[in-house]
Amino acid sequence: MANANLASTPPLGEAAIAPLLPPAHSKTSATGEKAATRWTLIAIAIGFLALFVLLPLGAVFAEAFRAGFGAYWEAVSEPDAVAAIKLTLLAAGIAVPANLVFGIAASWAIAKYEFRGKSLLNTLIDLPFSISPVISGLIYILLFGAQSVLGPFLREHGIEIVFALPGIVLATIFVTFPFIARELIPLMQEQGTAEEEAALTLGASGWRTFWHVTLPNIRWALLYGVILCNARAMGEFGAVSVVSGHIRGETNTMPLHVEILYNEYNFAAAFAVASLLALLALLTLIVKLVLEWLYADQIAGTRRH
Amino acid sequence: MTLAASAGRWRWKEPSVIPGFGLALGFSLTYLGLIVLLPLAALLLNAASLGWSGFWDIMLEPRTLAALRLSFLAALFAASVNAVFGLIIAWAFVRYDFPGRRLFDALVDLPFALPTAVAGIALTALYAPNGPIGGLLAPLGIKVAYTPLGIVIALIFIGLPFVVRTVQPVLEDLDKELEEAAATLGASRFRTLRSVILPALMPAILTGFTLALARAVGEYGSVIFIAGNIPYVSEIAPLLITIRLEEFNYAGATAIGAAMLMISFSLLLLIHLIQLWQRRRFTHG
Amino acid sequence: MDALVRSANEPRATEARGWSDSVDLTIDRVSKTFGAAAALHETSLKIEGGELVALLGPSGSGKTTLLRIIAGLEFPNTGRILFDQDDASALTVQQRNIGFVFQNYALFRHMRVLDNIGFGLKVRPFFRRPSAAAIRKRAEELLELVQLSGLGRRYPTQLSGGQRQRVAFARALATEPRILLLDEPFGALDAKVRKELRRWLREIHDTTGHTTLFVTHDQEEAMELADRVVVMSQGRIEQAGTPDEIYDAPNSPFVFSFIGESSVLPVNVKSGEVLLDGVPLAIDPGDTAEGAASLYFRPHEVELVEAGTGAIEGIVESLRRSGRSRFAEIAVPGIGRFEIEIIAESVLNSGDPVSVLPRRWRLYADASRGGADA
Repeated sequence: MANANLASTPPLGEAAIAPLLPPAHSKTSATGEKAATRWTLIAIAIGFLALFVLLPLGAVFAEAFRAGFGAYWEAVSEPDAVAAIKLTLLAAGIAVPANLVFGIAASWAIAKYEFRGKSLLNTLIDLPFSISPVISGLIYILLFGAQSVLGPFLREHGIEIVFALPGIVLATIFVTFPFIARELIPLMQEQGTAEEEAALTLGASGWRTFWHVTLPNIRWALLYGVILCNARAMGEFGAVSVVSGHIRGETNTMPLHVEILYNEYNFAAAFAVASLLALLALLTLIVKLVLEWLYADQIAGTRRH
Repeated sequence: MTLAASAGRWRWKEPSVIPGFGLALGFSLTYLGLIVLLPLAALLLNAASLGWSGFWDIMLEPRTLAALRLSFLAALFAASVNAVFGLIIAWAFVRYDFPGRRLFDALVDLPFALPTAVAGIALTALYAPNGPIGGLLAPLGIKVAYTPLGIVIALIFIGLPFVVRTVQPVLEDLDKELEEAAATLGASRFRTLRSVILPALMPAILTGFTLALARAVGEYGSVIFIAGNIPYVSEIAPLLITIRLEEFNYAGATAIGAAMLMISFSLLLLIHLIQLWQRRRFTHG
Repeated sequence: MDALVRSANEPRATEARGWSDSVDLTIDRVSKTFGAAAALHETSLKIEGGELVALLGPSGSGKTTLLRIIAGLEFPNTGRILFDQDDASALTVQQRNIGFVFQNYALFRHMRVLDNIGFGLKVRPFFRRPSAAAIRKRAEELLELVQLSGLGRRYPTQLSGGQRQRVAFARALATEPRILLLDEPFGALDAKVRKELRRWLREIHDTTGHTTLFVTHDQEEAMELADRVVVMSQGRIEQAGTPDEIYDAPNSPFVFSFIGESSVLPVNVKSGEVLLDGVPLAIDPGDTAEGAASLYFRPHEVELVEAGTGAIEGIVESLRRSGRSRFAEIAVPGIGRFEIEIIAESVLNSGDPVSVLPRRWRLYADASRGGADA
């Protein structure tokens, strides 16, 4: 590509020898820009991404290993960090399957049938995307907190929701609510109902049709959605911060643990735990990229979120 | 005749042989209701119980106003920056081939995948006066971290993918014949860009801008580390909510939360209107 | 192509299987609405066991809806579907045991060809399910029947349109259906493959003897392939009959103009005469009602005659060559235009006066249906 652009300015001699021939490469095509314009735009794009995305990513790993590998290992293996990692895995382990079941049910209803209120349902599914994470936590405090209508009842029966695992899970589910449904709905709408109808005419029951026909057709989009949903679930900070109560070793997830360490000026440890989350993000991007490469047509890429 | 009777009957669902509608819709609605709608209703009910004057008393507190104003203006500014650079990035990725294009294209999604708290501390480390970028700017008298400028930087980071990812597919689908037609009609390249391509991209740019704005207004994790959180100066609205909650001032948290929810809903409505406008303009009938 | 012809003359393994019991199909006063729009008005039709019947009509005529109702994929508002004497209306699509070939084939894209064909057997309840080996054997046989042996390991996307069509057909046959329903079976194929498959389908039908109903908008396809053609328009059956009946004795202006080429002129029927612009034509109105009527005839079924013999008098307006013959557009001043087909060597020129007499024709009173013919 670079060579082709060099060739676009012919040497002077050539033009002098053949003055009657039109200079074959000196005109830009009708739908392209001059090389200078092109490279300026590319430079702006790369520069902007480097400054705002690449550099912060690099900073995480640089800061994490600043105090050496020993300090790094110590930071990620001390009991509070391990407890945070476990809690994060547990919360995501509940939230992602819950949203998976919802995503399949909702996309089945929306993609395979015509009914009134469908577009409203479609809009409501997206609602959590546009709500501040802090509000996503706040609503559960207002619903289940000690001051709420339900508060006294919950305390009486010893049910802890806010400042405990259920609250963290609920907030995580809320924040990652649309991810899987969003991936499945457009794909299933595009695939239509012909294959399901064919299975039915061949005598297959509803469940068999779903397992043998529908599910294999959406498996890669499903995996894609699960990966994105999981990354967000493990990394959620604002909503979980509000409902968790920040009890060290008990209700601290990894992002909250990062915050605590940072606020204690324990920067190396904070960045060490943060680097694990950054690694997860990179891993997510790689899996996402691989899925897009291999199964682009089966994901029907709405790459919006 | 039976036909006339059935033709006029109101039906809420077209009959279908595909089984499972009741189960799928029933589960979806229950889950949606319990997880999303009920808690949101709790917020709105709590806000309503404050009464009109109670609500406005909280909203008109100078600190609340300053926080809301900061959140909105910083988000607006960041979304505008993202609209411009997002367009350039999308253009470069779709129209040009250069080494590392796919890698940079993949990087655009990083702000979606990277936890906000991680982004927050990383940006702070970079832009703090003793950090690699902050250190360069400090002699020039530019302070980024612990100022509203820092907030904007964080919001640019988290909003970046929205414009790129909404413009990119539209640009890919844009028929090159449009540009060729403009060229055959004598339009200069710049004129074609301005009068043919940009109008076609406008709905996507606006949608991306509004999505980035909506996300930035409510953003918390990436901002609080770099903001410095000085009341009236660099304290964003979501942070004020958490402060009110820590003070057990539920009324205060509720009122600000309800106000922000309204902003979110308005932006969501705006996105719908943009998309409606786009459909009207670009489809027949 | 050669393979198709040759195999038609060879004895086939499947012939010995005792294929289908040729179920009679009765459609009894079926109607269907979508929202406020009627897709089918009370429609009745009887199809004999083993018949190959085409449902022919323009898009929106209700033919696909009727086919899907028979399959159990749509539900009629009123009416019944009978397989022999059994009321199928209450049966689910699975219980009806029909073979359905979808317009775009609806092959399971993630399954190999053999798995697609064997699917209907594999999903049977345990006690009726053949062994895996038996399913495979049956799928292989069917693959041979549709002349695709050796392609069983492929995925649908690795097949051509015509091959997919045949796989869809084999899949529908695998469950030994009582009745075969095909929705625009050749709609997505190019003209050449379409002709080949048309012949192939006829051969398979003659081998297996299934009662078969297919939907098409291509009149040539319907006329060439079907024992009986059912012409539909706007949710109604206009006419059902053999291709000869449909072509030679269309019972409505719609059928006349939908099938084959047609020319039409407005005339008046008055006291036993057919008047064109007040001049009587040498045409017997039979029992056509008095008043305004339309005279239909085929462009190639006309004679050029002497002027003043009760013929249609007009002026040649333009001529165009089409293959072996020539078409002349004739203007009847103040009345209209029509086309006739003449030999290519004709000496007619633009501007010449001509007198045209249809050899065969049909007359339809404008207000009502039905008519008289020559």
